[in-house]
Amino acid sequence: MNFSKLVGLSSALAVSAMSLVAQEVNPVELRKQLEELLRVQKQQAEQIESLKKQIEVLKGQPAIPGAKAATPDPKLEELERRVSELTDERISKPWRPGDPIGLVRAGQSYLNLSLDGLFAVGGSTANDLGALQPGGHDPNQRGFSVQNIEAVFEGIVDPYFRGQANLIYGLSAAGESTFELEEAYLESLSLPGNLQLKAGQFFTEFGRHNPVHPHAWSFADQPLINGRMFGADGLRNPGARLSWLLPTPFYSELSFTVQNGQGETAESFRSDHGGGVFLGRPQTARGASALRDFIFTPRWQASWELTDAQTLLVGGSAAFGANAAGSDTETQIHGADLTWKWKPANHTKGFPFVTWQTEAMLRKYQVAAYNNAADDFNASGAVGDVGLVGFADEPDVFGDASIRFVPRETLTDYGFYTQVSYGFRPGWVAGARWDYVTSDRAQYENLFGIDAQRDTRWRLSPNLTWHPSEFSKVRLQYNYDQRRHIGVDHSLWLQFEFLLGSHGAHKF
Amino acid sequence: MKQFFCLLAALALLTGAAHARLNVVASLPDFASLAEDIGGDKVKVTSLAKGTEDAHFVDAKPSFIRVLNQADALIEGGAELEQGWLPPLVLNARNPRILPNAPGHIVLARGLKLLDVPTKLDRSQGDVHAAGNPHFNLDPGNFQAMAATIAEAFARLDAANAPHYAANLKRFNERLAGRLVEWDKLAVPLRGVKVITYHKSFDYLAARFGLEVFGQIEPKPGIEPTPTHINTLIPQAKSAGVKLVLMEPNRARKTPQFVADSIGARLVVCPGLVGGAPEAKSCFELIEFDLRALLKGLQP
Repeated sequence: MNFSKLVGLSSALAVSAMSLVAQEVNPVELRKQLEELLRVQKQQAEQIESLKKQIEVLKGQPAIPGAKAATPDPKLEELERRVSELTDERISKPWRPGDPIGLVRAGQSYLNLSLDGLFAVGGSTANDLGALQPGGHDPNQRGFSVQNIEAVFEGIVDPYFRGQANLIYGLSAAGESTFELEEAYLESLSLPGNLQLKAGQFFTEFGRHNPVHPHAWSFADQPLINGRMFGADGLRNPGARLSWLLPTPFYSELSFTVQNGQGETAESFRSDHGGGVFLGRPQTARGASALRDFIFTPRWQASWELTDAQTLLVGGSAAFGANAAGSDTETQIHGADLTWKWKPANHTKGFPFVTWQTEAMLRKYQVAAYNNAADDFNASGAVGDVGLVGFADEPDVFGDASIRFVPRETLTDYGFYTQVSYGFRPGWVAGARWDYVTSDRAQYENLFGIDAQRDTRWRLSPNLTWHPSEFSKVRLQYNYDQRRHIGVDHSLWLQFEFLLGSHGAHKF
Repeated sequence: MKQFFCLLAALALLTGAAHARLNVVASLPDFASLAEDIGGDKVKVTSLAKGTEDAHFVDAKPSFIRVLNQADALIEGGAELEQGWLPPLVLNARNPRILPNAPGHIVLARGLKLLDVPTKLDRSQGDVHAAGNPHFNLDPGNFQAMAATIAEAFARLDAANAPHYAANLKRFNERLAGRLVEWDKLAVPLRGVKVITYHKSFDYLAARFGLEVFGQIEPKPGIEPTPTHINTLIPQAKSAGVKLVLMEPNRARKTPQFVADSIGARLVVCPGLVGGAPEAKSCFELIEFDLRALLKGLQP
């Protein structure tokens, strides 16, 4: 077997391929070269076959016990090496337009792509599912819900930044297609002083739940307290965040976020709530005119390993900014969170584990005095009169023709959730969550009745999740809902998910 | 305050430069073991994962960010072995020295030829890794290339001690050559022995020492065993004369034990990582331990 001849042939092949490109196209010459190429290829294939046969023959010989047979046969090794070299050459041939398009491999593309589909099917005894399930990605109708179709684009931008965009597609309960720019931001990679900068549109780093995408939740719906504080879609807006990894002997990180204060993803701040009534009065959207019109969110978190198997993470967050309930009114939200995780050092596939996560929040929301007496154009003592001669149609803010005088005050809302997940065998997780939200009675409620959006309610949600692989899951969840002044409701949801594309890493 | 820290850092540099050891973080204890062999007393080595853990599913503990923040070098296997937990830690560590493709980010799979490189990426075949089977740490034939990659990187990062690393590498290779001969001798009875493994994590060990991998307890990589698969596997393995069933110590024993009993084979528990058994404290000891465990499994 002449190996050097083989190498010579392959380099001839490479050279002739190059000359194919360089030369003027001559059909006769081209055909000749093609034939030569095909001949060489056939020859190579034959050589590979013959080498393989030799290996088979050599392998077929019984191993002679003792020192002599112990050292691997050099002839055999040499043959195997040649085969693999030849085979490699054939595999690594450049891609041509006629070849099927292969998937981009990890580390071989500039961009990691993935698509996640999250759906639910089920039902509830409640007729007002929109109010029962305040989350924008919660199952929200009897039958099937499309919770979240999320396309993620992620990668290293250049030596300085990492970029990520999460684009969300959905179907509303009314069957309308929706699109959300959930996140799109860049993050610095090498700022000095242990600093990291993030800028763009992103979830505010407040607490544990708010920054997490729906498909990574441990339950089929978002905690009630997050719905009360941050609305259907969580707190997120365009802005910037600077974080500092503290030089402490344990992990400790301080971050500070500044974001725009308006829009529906700033529920407790300058959102106009679609022109509707919120906290007893209509809310007015204004443009930013001062620093306090932005949302400022400091957060600190720290972590310790209690033992080899137990990790503790604690955090405190706050968010400050002007709200839309007056020209000088502000909101403060305070939060504290605690996560404890147990995972033995001899886990298999990450199982078994126990995670306990608890988060509590308190909101102080200033509201200005408000009345709609000016809407009573004809001084009839009621609003909502339409078609009167000589008067414009009267707006009816509260929808019941009433003229109301609501006082200036500061509203206090608070609540928590606590949840446990127990991964009891590979792929299987049992969980339970208890939600509780309530508020101090407001003066406007004393005048006009309890506001269902602030009333006390609690919910108990046991669930069971099966992950057939890392890329799919099926979850069954039952919700026992107790809403004061409304009553008890039962809901059952079966959630299912698939993930296509690049394998996302799990964060703690 | 910050100026104070800068001052402290400057002082530390001035006084400690001569004695500063390279701070090396390894994703797995196997790579830490090699780094210690090559670095000797010029490096301080920390392993993120423990040898008893499943290398694919290590918890991304926040404390790892702290450890990575201080690192001069990070050694990882690559080939998607640590893909489920390491990449965000590296990016969040605010440490340009170990960012992907920085001189301090050492990827050992790069210098190696991996088995089972899929020609087609298709997850219906289970959790296949695009770059090939990442459990290459069980072929001692790979140690030389891995050690060379580490030595080269150390020499680049710490030029003053380059001769030290080169000398350690030479010593390591000599030691390895001796052990390879011993192991080949030791493993003669293993040649041609048919085995079933739990996950495709022993393919390199098998290829090196001539074991024939007949099949896996997992129907596809990363997929939990199913009764259908086990019921097909058992009669096939029985008629093929499979002698050993291999699993890592952290797997559930029940199914592999059942398979072994049903085909009249022996169940052998082989750690897949350094530290997976108390005796397997280094890469060499791990190979030694696994070979002895396999040989013991063959004894009547």
